[in-house]
Amino acid sequence: MKFKQSSVLPGFNLSLGYSVLYLSLIVLLPLTALFTKTMGLDWATFWSIVTEPRVMASYRVTFGASLIAATINLFVGLLIAWVLVRYRFPGKRFIDALVDLPFALPTAVAGIALATLYAPNGVLGEPLERIGIKVAFTPLGIVLALTFITLPFVVRTVQPVLEDLEKELEEAASSLGATRWQVFTKVIFPTIFPALLTGFTLAFARAIGEFGSVIFIAGNMPFKSEITPLMIISKLEQYDYMGATAIAVVMLVVSFGLLLLINGLQWWMAKRLGRTK
Amino acid sequence: MFSIRQLTLALTLSSLATLAVADTTILNVSYDVMRDFYKDYNPAFKKYYANKDNITIQQSHGGSSKQARSVIDGLEADVVTMNMSTDIDAIVEKGKQINPGWEKKFPNEAAPFSSLQVLIVRKGNPKGIKDWNDLTKPGVAVVVPNPKTSGNGRYTFLAAWGAALKQNGGNEAKARELTSAIFANVPVLDAGGRAATTTFMQRQIGDVLVTFENEAEMIAREFGRGNFEVVYPSISIDADLPVAVVDKVVDKRGTRVPATEYLRYLWSPEGQEIAAQNYLRPRNAAVTAKYAKQFPAVKLFGVDLFGGLPAAQKKFFDDGAIYDQIAAEIAKKK
Repeated sequence: MKFKQSSVLPGFNLSLGYSVLYLSLIVLLPLTALFTKTMGLDWATFWSIVTEPRVMASYRVTFGASLIAATINLFVGLLIAWVLVRYRFPGKRFIDALVDLPFALPTAVAGIALATLYAPNGVLGEPLERIGIKVAFTPLGIVLALTFITLPFVVRTVQPVLEDLEKELEEAASSLGATRWQVFTKVIFPTIFPALLTGFTLAFARAIGEFGSVIFIAGNMPFKSEITPLMIISKLEQYDYMGATAIAVVMLVVSFGLLLLINGLQWWMAKRLGRTK
Repeated sequence: MFSIRQLTLALTLSSLATLAVADTTILNVSYDVMRDFYKDYNPAFKKYYANKDNITIQQSHGGSSKQARSVIDGLEADVVTMNMSTDIDAIVEKGKQINPGWEKKFPNEAAPFSSLQVLIVRKGNPKGIKDWNDLTKPGVAVVVPNPKTSGNGRYTFLAAWGAALKQNGGNEAKARELTSAIFANVPVLDAGGRAATTTFMQRQIGDVLVTFENEAEMIAREFGRGNFEVVYPSISIDADLPVAVVDKVVDKRGTRVPATEYLRYLWSPEGQEIAAQNYLRPRNAAVTAKYAKQFPAVKLFGVDLFGGLPAAQKKFFDDGAIYDQIAAEIAKKK
């Protein structure tokens, strides 16, 4: 058994025990409380709460917008990481710091700033409105807010991998006659793909739970631009704790399922590329 | 979110307690719009109460139902001052911190003042909005907070529904038609009253904002009086703003006397005058007469039209009730 092997680093048992305890207290316990609270509901009631048409519409909005936002950041994030790693230009450090801003900013502030900017009388909203594009108070606004919030995830997971990428490999490939496109698809892409997928997953998972920034720019119209966290809040507003936790459990299960799926995909990709640990 | 708020409050309270041991501290948990009123009222009460005790008053503001939930979850409020009696009822039922019968402990069903729903329109009233019916016209955008998350929004819904009932001899179908047409004209549903005000005044969205009369005064102070007009509909809802002592907390902390006095003083001529200055309609006849000019006479109906607020909540705003049905119909049509 692996556990019996003496490790290079001492204190494995202690640190593992501590990690498990810490995770249990911080993550597992609150989540268990969530599940036990829903246990008060019988299955039929639970099911009717979580499949109510308005709640169903909110799943579509939340998961749909999160998926779009994460996909946008998959491309834009890769581009930004690439520019930051491969090129030197004045103000690079500043741009690099700017990427982290969505992490630090209170999300409500981001939401209010975006709503002000893209409102029909806003600096960007007004010209867009003139060409017939409405951003604030539409589902597009939700995508925008989620894209903003989740930008750092892809950049920050891909950046270190790109930095480690050996330029010599690319040079060798092109000296052997590979085109730029072949170098990208055959050499660069397989290396950064797992990191890209991780960034995408993190961005997606973060977007699903986002509330603060979206609420100010969504318009919150029933069936059109209501996100699932808003459904939970409005249940709480009616003192319906059970209903709120029921929807929360659904979000939890779906998010966890998606995370597992993407992790599985990553593992499968790694195996296919012959990088199994 | 509110656990952090509770923690900060607890920290402020405890640090204050160590600073001035002789002080009595009471915490008033209230809703958003009352911030301005209690800023004026608290010093007046302290002065009045000074010969009995040196009192410190802590304030906590937020959405009315959210605040009630904080109390249920353990925020140690000595008194609560809300915008809907159902919020206090929730503390009675869910948290059991307030004993039943709280509304009998003070005059006027424990509501020291009231407000009503008015229509706020752009300067010069370009869309010619005069009454509830005008909000149903095509091309009129109506800004309203979400009735599911805001007491203000619920009062708007009830005001429109009740007005239609009164104007159509109690015809429920007509009431539903009018209310549904108004909500079909809503471009943004903000979570609370303050957010709706921001949408209307700051983002310049919509032709009309439906909100409390006293919020109109706040808008005037904040955004200038020349930027909008207040339109009084022919009939509106009388919104009583109730207060209660939190029995469990005052018994534990030994603050029942100052807490009760704090609320009772709201009915004093001075308390009533401060309310009137903040555009809350007073109960005191003399004060009402003095400020008559700023409170136009409007035909009003109370929530008893719906059999009281708990009945109205159940009929209109519970999940799957009339408001949800209307919202679903509107979404389908679009």
